[in-house]
Order: sequence, then C-alpha cells, then structure tokens
Amino acid sequence: MANFKLNINGKVREVDVDPQTPLLWVLRDHLQLFGTKYGCGVAQCGACTVHLDGTAVRACVLPISTIREKKITTIEGLSETTDHPLQKAWIEHDVPQCGYCQAGQIMSAAALLKDNPSPSDQDIDNAMQGNICRCGTYTRIKAAIKTAAKMS
Amino acid sequence: MSFIKTKVGRRSFLKNTSLAGGGIILGFNWLASCQSQPVEEIMAMPDAWFDINAYLKIGDNGLVTIMSPNPEFGQNVMTSMPMVVAEELDVDWKNVLVEQAPYNADMYGFQFTGGSRGMMSRWESLRMAGATARHMLKEAAAQKWQVPTREITTDAGKLYHKESGKSAGYGEMADAASKVAVPDEVKLKEIRDFKIIGHSQKNVEGKNIITGKPLFGMDYYKEGMKYAMVEHPPAFGMELKSFDASEAKAMPGIKDVFTIKAYPEDFVKGGFDTNAFPELIAIVGNSTWEVMQAKKKLKVEWEPFKTYEEKFDARGNTRSVTIPAGLESTENHLAMMTEYDKKPGKIVRKDGDPEAAFAKAAKVIERTYTAPYLAHNTMEPINTFAHVDNGKVFIAGPLQAPGFIEPAISASTGIPAEDIDIEMTRMGGGFGRRAYSHYMIEAALISQKMNAPIKLMYSREDDMTNGIYRPTYRATYRAAFDENNNLIGIHVKAGGVPESPLFADRFPAGAVENYLAEEWEIPSNISIGAFRAPRSNFMAGAEQSFLDEIAEIAGKDPIDFRLELLRKAKDNPVGKNNDYDADRYAGVLELVKEKADWGNKEANVYRGVSAYFCHRSYAAHVLDLVIEDKKPVVKKVTCAIDCGIVVNPDAAANMAEGGVVDGIGNALFGEMTFKEGVPQKKNFDRYRMIRMREAPKEIEVHFVKNEIAPTGMGEPPFPPIFGAVANALYKATGQRRYTQPFLGNNIDLEIKGTGS
Ligand code: FES
Ligand code: FES
Repeated sequence: MANFKLNINGKVREVDVDPQTPLLWVLRDHLQLFGTKYGCGVAQCGACTVHLDGTAVRACVLPISTIREKKITTIEGLSETTDHPLQKAWIEHDVPQCGYCQAGQIMSAAALLKDNPSPSDQDIDNAMQGNICRCGTYTRIKAAIKTAAKMS
Repeated sequence: MSFIKTKVGRRSFLKNTSLAGGGIILGFNWLASCQSQPVEEIMAMPDAWFDINAYLKIGDNGLVTIMSPNPEFGQNVMTSMPMVVAEELDVDWKNVLVEQAPYNADMYGFQFTGGSRGMMSRWESLRMAGATARHMLKEAAAQKWQVPTREITTDAGKLYHKESGKSAGYGEMADAASKVAVPDEVKLKEIRDFKIIGHSQKNVEGKNIITGKPLFGMDYYKEGMKYAMVEHPPAFGMELKSFDASEAKAMPGIKDVFTIKAYPEDFVKGGFDTNAFPELIAIVGNSTWEVMQAKKKLKVEWEPFKTYEEKFDARGNTRSVTIPAGLESTENHLAMMTEYDKKPGKIVRKDGDPEAAFAKAAKVIERTYTAPYLAHNTMEPINTFAHVDNGKVFIAGPLQAPGFIEPAISASTGIPAEDIDIEMTRMGGGFGRRAYSHYMIEAALISQKMNAPIKLMYSREDDMTNGIYRPTYRATYRAAFDENNNLIGIHVKAGGVPESPLFADRFPAGAVENYLAEEWEIPSNISIGAFRAPRSNFMAGAEQSFLDEIAEIAGKDPIDFRLELLRKAKDNPVGKNNDYDADRYAGVLELVKEKADWGNKEANVYRGVSAYFCHRSYAAHVLDLVIEDKKPVVKKVTCAIDCGIVVNPDAAANMAEGGVVDGIGNALFGEMTFKEGVPQKKNFDRYRMIRMREAPKEIEVHFVKNEIAPTGMGEPPFPPIFGAVANALYKATGQRRYTQPFLGNNIDLEIKGTGS
C-alpha cells in the first residue's frame, strides 16, 4: 500500500492502494468514478480510455505509481455541462446502443480532435481502431466525430 | 377504430402504491442519474405525483413519468416503449420522464428482453396503458366540468371542452383521474393520427451515457460492499477436485475463499438455467485488483467429470438431459460433424418425391457449410451486485429476464421468491447471454456466505471461457436441376454440437416441388445458449449462399430468382406449415433492389444480396464490397426491413446497423475453438472482433411502410448479412466460401472477380 495524490478532472484526490493497481480500478473502486469502463483489462478494447495530460491512454494497464503529477481527465471531466462538441454530436447522431463502450469512444475521439481538428476518414479509423463497440455503432461514431470536427 | 379490452393484464391497473408521491424507484446510488431528460430545462419537478396505472404517473404540473417494463440492453426499448404509452396518452414527448420499471410480474407480466419479442408482445398493453389513462383524465374533466365525457378532446397533455371553451392541463386533473374507475374498454388512436410513434426520438439515456453516469450493473455501488470473482474449471468436462487457498487468502485485502454451487443438487432447472460449471471457487476481497491478484495464487486441482444427468422442467414434466464426460476439441467436433453429415438424419419435412427428383436430375450440386462456436462477448462483462440480508435478497445487475432466474435464486438461498428483489440495470449488451443469469445465484450465495453486500465480476477471460456459446453448426445442401437448369429439388441436412440449426418450414420450403429436410445432433458438455437470432444466424448464411449458386446455375439474377420462388410459394405453395409470408418476403427484396439501385453495375464494386425471415420480420441486404490492398472493404450496405410499424425509426435503424456490423464481424472473424475442453481464446487479443476499419463505410436502412403491429427488430437484420458477405466475396474473388469465419486472422484476398 502507498499513498498517491492524483489530479483528476481538476481536483486533487488521494488514495491509498497497491502501487501496481491500474488507474482504472482506482477510479472505479476507490474514487467511485464509474464512467471509465472495464472491458478487457489488456489494452485491447478501449473501454477504459482516459486522458493523461491530454493524451488518450488505456487506464486498465496503467499502474497508479506511474502517473505522478500528470493530469487525468475522465469522461466525467470532459466538459462541465455536456457541451463538448463530441458530446453534442453524439446526441445529434444518437450514437449509443447499449452505451457501455461509448465513454471510451468519446475519450479516444476527443484526443484525436485535439491533435487533429479535421481528421480524414483514415485518421479516424486509425485513432479509433483500438475501441471495440460490440453493438456495432461504428458508422455513427464516425459520423459524429465528423460533425464534431465541423462544430469546433 | 380499434377498441381494446382493458381486462388483458388487468392486474397492471391495480394501484401501485410503491410508486406514489414522486418516489424514486431506482436504487440509492442512482439518484443522480434517474432523470432521463434534462428536466430543469423543461419543467420543474412536480410537488405530487398521481399513479394512474403501473405504467405511468402524472405530476400536478403535467409532467408524466412512464415506466419502461422490459430490461434495456441497447435495443432502446427504454425510449420506444414509453413512446407508445405517450402516444396513446396524448402527451407532449418533451414532458415525459422515463424510468426503468421495477421487476414485478404481477404488474408488468413477463419482463423479458430477447427473441425480438419486446415491442411485439407489449404493443397492446403499452397502448392500452396510455389510452386508459387518457380516458380517465377525460372522465375526471367531464365530472368537474359537468359535461359528457365524449365531448372532451385531448391534445399534447391538455384537455378541452370545445362547447364551453374550458381547458385544463393533465396535471390539474391527475389527482381526480387517479380516482376514476378503470374503464372496461378503451378506444385507441387511429394509426394515421400517431404523432410520436413513427417519429424518431432521441435515446432517453443518451445524455447519461455520454457523461459516464453509473447506469450499468458494473457501476452499482454500495458503501462497504466487497468485491468477488469466481474461478471456474479451465476446461469443459472438468470439475473441482481440491484446492489450496492459503496463499490466496494471505494476499492483501482478501476476506475469504470458498466454494459455491449455483444450483442445488436436485433442482429441476428451467430452460434458461444453463451453467457450464456447477461448482466454483469464490474469492472475496476489498477491491477488484486485490481479488484479481489473489485469484492467480489459487492452487487448484481439477479432474475430468463423469457423465451425469441434469433435470429440466419440460412443461410440467421432468426431462433428463445427459451431460457427457470428455474433453472435447474443435478437431473432433469437425470430424464428428462430417461423420453425422454422411449418415441419414432425422427427417423433419418432406414434400413431393425428392428421391426421384435427385435420381432423374440432369445435374446435382452439393455444398457443405460450417460455422464455429461464437462467444457473446457482451461489452460489459458478467457481473452482479447482491445483498442477502435479514432473510431478504436484493440483486442489481444486468439480466434479460428476472423471471427466469428467481426460482433458482430462491431454491439456492432458501429465501422465498416474495423476499427476492431484482433490479434490472442497463445492460452493456446481451445478445442472448444474459438470459442465462446463473451469475446472479452465484452472487447471492457469496453475499449470503459473507453476510455482506458484494459485487461479483467476471474478468473478460472468465467471461469468454465460461461457456453458453453459440453452437458450432453444419449444413449440407443439395440441389437437383433438370436438363434446362431448372431447379427441381432441394435437400438440406443440418446439425450441430449439440443442437440442430434447422428451420425446416422456412423458405425455400414451400417454393420447391421436391424438398427434403433432415437433421442430427451431437451431444456435448460445452454449454450453449441463445445468441442473437439463434440458429437463424447460421442457417440464413448457408441457405442464402446456396440460393445464390442455384440462381447462377439457372442463369438468373439472384434477386429475380428469389422473387420467382416467392411468387411460386404464394400462388402455388408446396406442402404445409410454410413459416413465412411470401408477399412480405418479396417486399423487402423489391425494396432493397430499388434502394440499392441493383441494376447499376459499378466497376470494381462486388455486390452480394441476401434476405431472411425470422422473429416474424423480414430483412434483405445488398452489400457492396471493394478490395483495397488485398483486403475486403465493405463500401456500403443497403438494408430493407419489414418489421411492421416502426415505433422509433432512427433507433430501429441503429439496431439494424448494429446487426449488419455484428454479422459482418462474425462472418469474417468470429470464432471460438477448443482443445481438450479448453477454450482457445480468452480475450480480445486473440478473439478478433470487428473494429472501425472493417465496419461498412455506409449503411442505409429502409423500412417497409405498413400498418402491421410491430414484429421483431433486434434480431432479423443479423442473420441475412452472413449470406450477403459470402455472396459479395464470391463476386470479388471468384471463390465461394463455405466455412466461417471467412477470413480468420488476416487472409489476403486475390481479386479474380466474377464481375459485379
Ligand atoms: S479495459 Fe482497458 S482497453 Fe479494455
Ligand atoms: S454501444 Fe454497446 S458496445 Fe458500443
């Protein structure tokens, strides 16, 4: 067990956990931030995607001890009032089916748009290839990303 | 004009006191997320709610809360079912709040999501719930205004009396309406007057989903709860011999390690009480991560089990099912299927004289189709919150049918059904998997033993290797032709491990003069279960690929050829019990032909067509394939669907798109294999799922417009896409594909092209 101070969604949160604990489980079990999902635990599905200093990472394979000062953003912290262009576009295209993968999809897409405000189809494919949607909402996800790109 | 007797499900109209007074029925940690729409933008929450019936309550300010009776797993019933109630209630959709109804069979009947039955089975009762409430509001207004009820009209949540110029909002009459006697009969709206049904409404949970609200069973949390996982045998055919948990128990945060048996020894199981592994080791601790680490330290000895019997209820009688011993491998399955395929099967349908037709045929073709086991891989792994306390069981988690599992929970915990409460959380996918909710018994037993609230979770590996797979299937089709290449007979022989996929009375039965259908089954200890459009999801691909070959030999366009057969099935049906409506079937083919501009042959675009009937609906797809860097790229899929009245068109389109993507993924990549009983894929690194790059670039969904009461929607678009993929791949490569997955792990394609 060790004590960690984390910067999550602009707030400092403290936890006392095994240093090997992946960020995903710290968020879910210790901080009750449930928006970040578990899907595979081996960086294969993207359900756990969060931002670390603005870069998309898989929280399921990120030991808490490696994070240090870096700023963590989860789906709960993506926007104050659900007004991130992606969130608006997601509603416009009514993307989700079951919804379980969607937080991870949005976080991956948000990192993409930050670096590449007008991505091509191929850029989107590349950035989103690590996010599985078992329900098969890929065409809507892609359309929503394009809509969001136009908005911002 | 349609009237409906309110007697159907009259109990739903008993006053439901548990919902009175603005009570929030979702659990304690759901408060923040229970409002499905941004209410503050619309109207303040009412000071008082008045229950009109089990499906709805009206606030004193006119806000309406509508209960969605069935579990939600992404098919969007939580929006579409309340839409039906709101339509008949005649209320403005923006003044509607939606809540997941509690599990209560007395009030809501069979709360089941599966078999594409949701809208089909609830259509009448949902309409009735809204219409009854509207009638009661009118009566309340009539009494107050001292005018005849029939002179009162409604519009968008308001009551009007034209003659006197009086009007009132529903909220003002809600109290009085809740006291009006439930009418015996109510008038329903004319379909042409629908204002909500047939008009796309956004997912009521959309905002909660995209902001990461705790909607799922995985997110269920209670202060002080413990985390649990289970260890199951590494192979089918194995059971627990002994284990040493001393090291695991010594790991940080671990509370206990013990064995559980989900079903009591002599329990007579219901049809959905499948569980692969009767005895499990449970590990309980303070956090998921700690439990995961301790699980690795378990020292377990497993041993092969002996053949045993399980008792199942068969409509009041007890049926014995033999679970054979043995460690099965895919290799053996394939060899045995070849063997069974050669032997005579059980004849399930015979029209005309198929033997004679094949004997005199000028040409006979024979093709064998095979498909592997598939894992459901719901995105949200199996999990459940359970708290057994004070002689009561409380469960919250993802499941498709609480009624299926309650008897077993009761038998296992020894707690009577009336003291069991099951909260249906939003499911991160189901696809059939969560109709088998043995994990809820497991969670209840763990909580009971620990005397604490617990959350049971399967890791992805545990989930993928736990069984209840889509079975492996095989079908051999033969076709007989006369000297002019006219089709004169079809013979299908199909089977699987452990069940046959055959639907003998489906198309092309009824359209072929001489027809023979046989089936066989091979017993197995690998557990199987319903998987999105069970059996159809294999048969459609086989049948529709085979018809494509027949059309080619007959020298006919594949759509025209199918239409010709359907015309025959309509005008001159062969045999009895043909299980489809030839007109509706032809309707989707004609629609897809038009919408896909089938006659237009673009260079280097390879098109495959396929159609199927299941769950009382019809779906046809045209799939356009191009080859880029030796890889197939699905450029576009055009779908035509006849599922009767479409309640929420955009959401239904989303379902169809999902079915198409799911089908393409499984046709190209989906596969679970076994070696000595051990599932060979445990996570998404080896179990290949369709990803964005492989998904179609465009999917266009068209619905046949009619006034038929809704039929299935979640499953029907899925099966035929397998055939469309196979037929398009043939066009592109000149090679027919008979064995799924068609591509497996990255096979390069040679473009030979048979022309598009
Ligand atoms: S849970 Fe992290 S990538 Fe799947
Ligand atoms: S919406 Fe269900 S997994 Fe993506």
